[in-house]
Amino acid sequence: MKKRIAVIALATAALLATSVAATAKPASKKLSGTLKVVAWEGYTENQWVKPFEKQTGCTVQHQYAGSSDEMYNLMKKNAGYDLVSASGDASNRLIASGLVQPIDPSTIPNWKQLTPQLVKGPNHYVDGKYYGLPWQWGPNVLMWNTAKYSGATNSWSALYDPKNKGKITIPNNPIQIADAALYLSKTKPALGIKDPYELNSAQLHAAVLLLKQQRPLIKAYWGFATDEVKIFQTGGATLGAAWPLAVAQLTRAGMKVSQTIPKEGATGWSDVWMLAKHPKNQPCAEAWLKYAAGAKVQAEVAKFNTYTPANLQSCKALGATLCKQLHADGDTAYLNRIKFWKTPLSDCGNGKNECAPYSEWVQAWTSIKG
Amino acid sequence: MTKAESPLTRLSAFFFRHRGLKLVLLLAVPLAWLIGVYLASLGSLLVQSFWRADELSPNPVHVWNLDNYREFLTGDPVYRSIVARTIGFAAITTLVDIVLAFPLAYYLTRVARPRTRRLMLVLITVPLFSSLIVRLYSVRLILDDGGILHSLLATFGLNVQIGFTELAMAIAFAYVWLPFMILPVYAALERVPGSLIEASRDLGAKGSTTFRTVVLPLAFPGVVAGSIFTFSLTLGDFITPAIVGGDNHQLIGSVVYSNFGIANNAPFAAAFATVPLVIMAVYLLAARRLGAFDHL
Repeated sequence: MKKRIAVIALATAALLATSVAATAKPASKKLSGTLKVVAWEGYTENQWVKPFEKQTGCTVQHQYAGSSDEMYNLMKKNAGYDLVSASGDASNRLIASGLVQPIDPSTIPNWKQLTPQLVKGPNHYVDGKYYGLPWQWGPNVLMWNTAKYSGATNSWSALYDPKNKGKITIPNNPIQIADAALYLSKTKPALGIKDPYELNSAQLHAAVLLLKQQRPLIKAYWGFATDEVKIFQTGGATLGAAWPLAVAQLTRAGMKVSQTIPKEGATGWSDVWMLAKHPKNQPCAEAWLKYAAGAKVQAEVAKFNTYTPANLQSCKALGATLCKQLHADGDTAYLNRIKFWKTPLSDCGNGKNECAPYSEWVQAWTSIKG
Repeated sequence: MTKAESPLTRLSAFFFRHRGLKLVLLLAVPLAWLIGVYLASLGSLLVQSFWRADELSPNPVHVWNLDNYREFLTGDPVYRSIVARTIGFAAITTLVDIVLAFPLAYYLTRVARPRTRRLMLVLITVPLFSSLIVRLYSVRLILDDGGILHSLLATFGLNVQIGFTELAMAIAFAYVWLPFMILPVYAALERVPGSLIEASRDLGAKGSTTFRTVVLPLAFPGVVAGSIFTFSLTLGDFITPAIVGGDNHQLIGSVVYSNFGIANNAPFAAAFATVPLVIMAVYLLAARRLGAFDHL
């Protein structure tokens, strides 16, 4: 009985508290309504969404997408979404289809803190207009087990060296062909590869050939990031192409691993917030863009996902170790060596449609693995 | 009519007079399901397979063509070798599961006491309650290079690497689909009348003769039913090759998945997905030929 009374008392108190809170609405809450966003999982967690809702009065409603295709489709259906957290292989399509509108940098107070290379990313900086607000990114690094691998790590050639047979793991993703193309652009300049995502048939053929030679050296192809970690822990792999996320997780698990971007450079991905062409709730969408540009929010998202924040001031909130591990310090030389993912299209800019579209990359990838 | 009819009696009399309506009510929901969900999705799969993927949009271009079929039938030989590999894995999985399941099912029906039988049947189905992915990762704990089996063999001085090999995949397949073989074989063996076995013995047949001429023919439909499960489940799987095989050995499912999920090339995936349909049609015809469905 005592217990029940306590419960009733608590409930009454809670009711009182909410009604008090409701009447004591701060005057700064000018906005209202629902903000509908299409996002990747891990991008709309309560830790940073709730404070935004409290600050602005907007209610965030998210729709997760499982792939860039799904993201594009959701925006295309015109179901009243205001914002989308697009990756490089969706942003170019969204702009081309006129589903998003440019963002005015002067309305974003923290715009200057965002990594300049990402702000002018070729997938969302089009015709001098900024369609994307840089949010999170990540490179694809060369990772190795320092206790078990003592060979060279200054070049991606480590992943093509027969000496390392049965020790290598790489992502199971057709976009991995770009990694081979990037390597060939430096080691075989005669092929004339300028952009690892724009390959004509001869260049694609050369990359496929290299990956076919690599095929017998592979211990396993990894599909999910957790898989990559397991293949390093117990699967017998000692070096491979990896995400910094795996390096952080393995380090936390007590394994001695190291990472680098080899001399040829690396591929990577970058996600940006994009504003729908006809948002249902433009004031809330603009408020979110302002909020999302902030260092503290970006650091929280990065910590949650082990991605790298685009805001260069995030390091304070990340701490020195994580900042260094994630390369969040805006090291220009480092960033300039990353070629960010985009969808390979047959039109590679010269108007001749002579490049291999992504569907051909996928068929080539099937053929590589045999 | 002296007694007042209850509404229930009247209802049943109504249905007695209108037999057609009874049939409609009985089959309406399952038929709607079959046509609306099952056949419609199969139909849309077939239709899509004759379209072409669009580079920029997830929606295929509605241009009727046979290119997708041409690609894997006459194009890159990799697709034919993937089909052959998949059939090989399905066949090996089925054979291994028959060898494992038959003695166990025989023990359960003829030897085990009811208590033991119930316990073992529960144990056999327990893995089906957990997620396939979890089960595959637990297989990995045994088979990986640092795994239990590897360390066990290492104590005998054997350094055999099983992780991510074809052997690992075969072991995993046989493990995950085993219950689907045990249960139908068990059900078939349970229906073999004990009197037939006794009669065979009374007439002087040896144990092996009784098994060959009485038990085996009667249990055969159960084995075929189980093999349809193990064979078709292996044909369509893409998770086992990804997790246990490290995607080193692609199967039909892996190609379908990468074209659907990653490449945005649903038409090609749909076309390639007709291969297991054709294989299963041939398989079922062969099973019918062998008399597997005679007692249905």
